[in-house]
Amino acid sequence: MAEKVLMKGNEAIGEAAIQAGCQCFFGYPITPQTEVAAYMSRRMPKVGRVYLQAESEVAAINMVYGAAGTGVRVMTSSSSPGISLKAEGISYIAGAELPCVIINIVRGGPGLGGIQPAQSDYFQATKGGGHGDYKLVVFAPASVQEMVDLVQDAFDVADKYRTPVMVMGDGMLGQMMEPVEFKERPKKELPEKTWAANGLRGREKHNIINSLFLKPEELEDHNNKLQAKYKEIENNEVRYELYNCDEEMDLVIVAYGTLARICKNAIKMLKKEGINVGLIRPITLWPFPTEAFEKVMDKTKNGFISVEMSCGQMVEDVALSVNGRKPVHFYGRSGGMVPTPAEVANRIKGIVGGAK
Amino acid sequence: MESRIRIFTGHFGSGKTEISINYAVNLRNQGKKVCIADLDIVNPYFCTRDEKEYLESLGIKVIATPKEMANAELGTIPLDTLVAFNDKSYDVVLDVGGDDQGAVALGQYNRYFNMEEYDMYFVINTTRPFTKDALGVMEYIKDIEAASRLKVKYLVNNTNLSYETTIDHILEGQKVAEEVSKLTNIPLRYTVVREDLVDSVKDKIQNEVFPIKIFMLPPWRKYLD
Repeated sequence: MAEKVLMKGNEAIGEAAIQAGCQCFFGYPITPQTEVAAYMSRRMPKVGRVYLQAESEVAAINMVYGAAGTGVRVMTSSSSPGISLKAEGISYIAGAELPCVIINIVRGGPGLGGIQPAQSDYFQATKGGGHGDYKLVVFAPASVQEMVDLVQDAFDVADKYRTPVMVMGDGMLGQMMEPVEFKERPKKELPEKTWAANGLRGREKHNIINSLFLKPEELEDHNNKLQAKYKEIENNEVRYELYNCDEEMDLVIVAYGTLARICKNAIKMLKKEGINVGLIRPITLWPFPTEAFEKVMDKTKNGFISVEMSCGQMVEDVALSVNGRKPVHFYGRSGGMVPTPAEVANRIKGIVGGAK
Repeated sequence: MESRIRIFTGHFGSGKTEISINYAVNLRNQGKKVCIADLDIVNPYFCTRDEKEYLESLGIKVIATPKEMANAELGTIPLDTLVAFNDKSYDVVLDVGGDDQGAVALGQYNRYFNMEEYDMYFVINTTRPFTKDALGVMEYIKDIEAASRLKVKYLVNNTNLSYETTIDHILEGQKVAEEVSKLTNIPLRYTVVREDLVDSVKDKIQNEVFPIKIFMLPPWRKYLD
């Protein structure tokens, strides 16, 4: 077992990427993720790799496009408004089928919003953000350790499917400090990057990286190919945690990220009062863990509650998964307000009975 | 003789804020009139200003950027920080942001530090990857002294792995802190130990043990009762 160290979430993201073989990092500072770039600026030159602070988020994501095109592992990082700026580039990267890792340490929005933690970029991350028929694989860690593990997995998933992967955490996850371990990772069998624009290397013709298709027939074929790939990801890459879901439940919470930890405490509080509540914690936000709902559908008396640090975004995917079979409730705070376990518990008592 | 002004500096994440808050509370419990200033221009979350209400309830004066301004990302220093220097009836604790970037905040008060003695503490946590050995720690001491234009007077061993801290972590950190002390001639003043671990560690440490209560907690650890 590797030695545990104490790291801020943002620093741990940087170290995880370095250990996953990230060759280039392009970024631009924005609270609450600036420490990612700060960490990379200190460490990347020391390990002989590329760190570059771009002149803007738009420049940074296009540098990612360029580096990914040469077949190296590359990452960028930002927070909500910065991700909006990167959205055009992300669409191009998805269209050109390039692997890369994008970090979003979410703060309150819309607009410049605020700098306190939020989850209000769920729609942006899972439903597009940029234009066109593309999907981002979105990982949502709940602890600094899981952040490390998922950042490293993100590079593998990106390479495996030639697709951009986002790791999304709220500001809290970027700013908090927790013990972490950088585990020895088994070598994954990944396809060779024969498509990379890295010189001829014995090939007859240069590889071309492109997202422009002038013939509609070709663009439709390309879209169909992307959709087939997304289907494969949906089949293989869904991740979630079920917590306290073994017995009959009064209600099932659906929550992700650090908020899921708050909800777990709410569940413990409610248990003392004889109210049994389960938790579905999506770890992949896309593909959304619809199958998790099948496992608890018959065991929940009052259906589901989507608990979010947003005004109700994931609740739409919850409703789609439940598909009218049980009631779907919602509780959210926004703007950087983080609910306490007691607030969540009280809301649940309002639904299942026993409210103060 | 202890100086009226105490400054806590160190590598980012070494635990300065926790120690500053505990130190201020200890001074207050000794019957002193205490003022704590949050000069952290680096961290957006988990700052002394988050505990303003609690500290004020104890009668401690809290100098901190108002909440609405603290979120404005201006790297602001509270206007009334001068109170700490000018009103000499206060025992003062200055909580400074991490690294040389954080220590820059002290530079503008140089003339006050020239006029009055101060105790600058350097906080060490060897579970932090960049300060895991004496060499790493000394690099930060050098950078922070240069940025603050002040001299470190005492070392503090605050080695911890958050909620996974064991006695071994503290003692490992103690070795490094003692080595730094030998190499720099800066005395090791305190070893910081979470209250519940004090009994099992106090006989193994030569210098003074400084028990602390943890304040900077995420919501799932804070409101569990």
